[in-house]
Amino acid sequence: MRLSELPKGAPAVVDRVHDAHAADPIAQRLRDLGFVDGEPVRVVAIGPMGGDPVLIQIGYTRFALRRAEAARVSVRSEVAA
Amino acid sequence: MSASTLRIALVGNPNCGKTALFNQLTGGRQKVANYAGVTVERKEGRFTAPSGRVLQILDLPGTYSFEANSPDEQITRDVCAGNYPGEAAPDLIICVADATNLRLHLRFVLEVKRLGRPVVLALNMMDTARQRGIVIDVPELQRRLGLPVVETIAVKRGGAKALIERVDGEVPAAAPAQPDDAASRADLHAQVRDILTATVTMPRTTAALDDALDRWALHPVFGLLILAVVMFLVFQAVYAAGKPMSDLIGGGFGWLGEHVAALMPAGPLQSLVTNGLFGGIGTVLGFLPVILVLFFFILVLEESGYLPRAAFLLDRLMLSVGLTGRSFIPLLSSFACAIPGIMGTRSIQDPRDRLATILIAPLMTCSARLPVYALLIGAFIPIRYVFGVFNLQGIVLFSLYLVGILGAMAVGWVMKRIRRDKSEHALLMELPSYRMPKLRDVVIGLYERGAIFLKRLTGVILGLTVLMWFISTFPSPPAGATGPAINYSFAGYIGRGLQYIFAPIGFNWQISLALIPAFAARETAVAALATVYLVGGEASGGLGHALAGQISLASALSLLVWFAYAPQCMSTLAVIRRETNSWRNVTISFGYMFGMAYAASFIVYQVARMLT
Repeated sequence: MRLSELPKGAPAVVDRVHDAHAADPIAQRLRDLGFVDGEPVRVVAIGPMGGDPVLIQIGYTRFALRRAEAARVSVRSEVAA
Repeated sequence: MSASTLRIALVGNPNCGKTALFNQLTGGRQKVANYAGVTVERKEGRFTAPSGRVLQILDLPGTYSFEANSPDEQITRDVCAGNYPGEAAPDLIICVADATNLRLHLRFVLEVKRLGRPVVLALNMMDTARQRGIVIDVPELQRRLGLPVVETIAVKRGGAKALIERVDGEVPAAAPAQPDDAASRADLHAQVRDILTATVTMPRTTAALDDALDRWALHPVFGLLILAVVMFLVFQAVYAAGKPMSDLIGGGFGWLGEHVAALMPAGPLQSLVTNGLFGGIGTVLGFLPVILVLFFFILVLEESGYLPRAAFLLDRLMLSVGLTGRSFIPLLSSFACAIPGIMGTRSIQDPRDRLATILIAPLMTCSARLPVYALLIGAFIPIRYVFGVFNLQGIVLFSLYLVGILGAMAVGWVMKRIRRDKSEHALLMELPSYRMPKLRDVVIGLYERGAIFLKRLTGVILGLTVLMWFISTFPSPPAGATGPAINYSFAGYIGRGLQYIFAPIGFNWQISLALIPAFAARETAVAALATVYLVGGEASGGLGHALAGQISLASALSLLVWFAYAPQCMSTLAVIRRETNSWRNVTISFGYMFGMAYAASFIVYQVARMLT
C-alpha cells in the first residue's frame, strides 16, 4: 500500500521510498527525512481541499506531504512488534 | 583580523532553534547581507568570550541534509565544507539539534561530523524536553557520537552559558572525514536508531499540546475558520495601527518641508526641498509603520509555528495556480502593501515558487490604490442600492479587489503553463511544535526587516522621487503662462505624448500626465489630477465634481481597471530588483502588468462606450 492511500489514524510502517524517475530528488529527500524501512508512520490530518496535502507523523516529527509525494512511499500495516 | 578570532559556523535542521541561539549569542550585533549573486541571506554576528577572544559566528540557513535541494542548502553545505568562494572555512562548527526531535536531527549531526571538521553539538530546547519527560543520557550520547555535547536553552537568558564556555575552551579534535556515498547515507539511519535506543527515553512521540491544537487548527472546517479570523485580526491591526502612523509620517514630513521651505527664498531649490527631498523621505518612511506592523504579525505567526499550518490548509488552492501554500501569507500582506509582501517571500525556500509569488504579489489591491478608487467611485458611481441592501459603490470597490485576485490567479496559471521548468517541486514541509514567540527574537527580526528596507531602498526611492520632481518642475512656465506649471514641464510634454498611447483606453492628456507621478506612489495621482484640473480647496464640489464634468464614465471605469493592474509603484519595482537581484524580473513584472492593464482597460473602455 502507498502512504497516500493510508486511512487517517491507521498505524503503519514504512517499507521503502520509490523513485518517481531516475535520480528523483524528492524521493532522496524523503529518505533523508527518515522515510526508511521499519519506521512507524501515521496520517494525522488531511487537507481541507480534496484531501491534499496529508500530514504525516514519522518519529517525533510531522511533515505535510502532497499526495504525489506521499505516493512515493510504500507502507505495510503494522505487525505486532 | 586578529589571530585570536575564532570563526564559528552555526548549522542545524530547520526549526531547531538555531536563530534564537544566534540571537542569544550575538544580541543585536548582527550583520545581515546576501550571498553574492543569490538571494540567500547571510547573517553574521560576533561577541567577545570571557577569555577575551572574539568569536565570529555565521548563521547558516537551516538544512535537513547535505544532499542539497535548494540554493540555501547548497550554501550551507559548501561553507561547512570550506568550499564556498570568498568564505573562509570555519574553525569550528556548532551543530544545533532539537532535543525533542533527535530522530530527525541526529542524522544531520552525523552528516556534519563526516566532514572531518571540529564540531560541537548544542542540544537545544532541553527545557521542553524535560517538560515532556524526555530523558537523554548526555555522557553516553557524547561517547557514541564522539563529539562534545552541550545542553542549551536558546530562549532563556543565560541558556547558552555552557556552550560559550565550551566554545571558548580548546577547539575539539575533528573526527576523520568520511566519504559521502549512497551506502553510507543509508547507514546513517541505522546509526541514529542505535544511538537513540541507547541514550534517549521518550514517554510519547508527540507533544500533547500539538495534538490538541492541531485537531482544531487543521480541521477542514474549523481550521479554515480560525485562519480567516486570524487574518481578519491582522488586517484590522494593520489598518488600525500601521495606516494612521503612515499618514502621520507622510503628513509630518510635508509639514516639515513647508516650514523648512518658508526659511528659503522661493525658487527651484525650495521646491526641491519641499517636493523632492521631504516628499521623498516622507514616502519612504511612510511605508515603514505598515511594514513593521505586518512583519510583527508575520514573525509572531512564524515563531509560534502557525504559519506552516496556514500553508498546509491552503496548499491545494495555491498549487492549482502554480504557487505553494507558503505563498499565501506574502500575498495576503500585499493587500496592505506589496513591499512587505515581496520581502516576506523569503520564507519560501523554493526559488521557482518564490519568484512566481513575487511576480503576482503586486496584483493584490494594496492600500495605496484606495484613495484613487475612492475618488473615481465617488465621482462616477451613483449611490444606489442593489437588492435593497448592497450599495453599488461598495459593489464596485469589492469587484476591483476581485479583479485583482482573479487576475493574479490567471497570471499564476499562465506562468505555470509557459515556464520551462515543469518539474515537480515538493511541499515536504515540517510542521514544527507550537511555541510561545519570544519578544527578543521578534524585536531582532523586526529590526532586521526595517533596516533592510531603509538601507537598501531609501537611495533608490529618493533618487526616483527627485527625478519625478525634476521632470514635473522643469522647464518653468514661460512668463505670462496661465495654466498650472506642470503643463509646461517635461512631465507635461511626456503626458501629452503618452496620450497617443493611452487614447484607445480612454485617457485624455490630463490623466496620462497624472500617471507619471502616480508611478512614484499611486495615491499621488489624486493630487496630480487636482493640479492639472486646477481645482483647489476653494473650488465648489472639489476634484470629484470637476472630474465628473470632464471625463466620461467609460474613461473612469477604464482608469479604475488600469489602477487594478498597472505596473506601479516604483518602490515595488525597486524591491523586486533587490529581492530577486535581477533587472530581468523587474522588466518581466513591468512588462506583463503593463500589457495586462492596457488590454483590460481597452476592453472595459470600448465595451462601456458602446453601452453608454
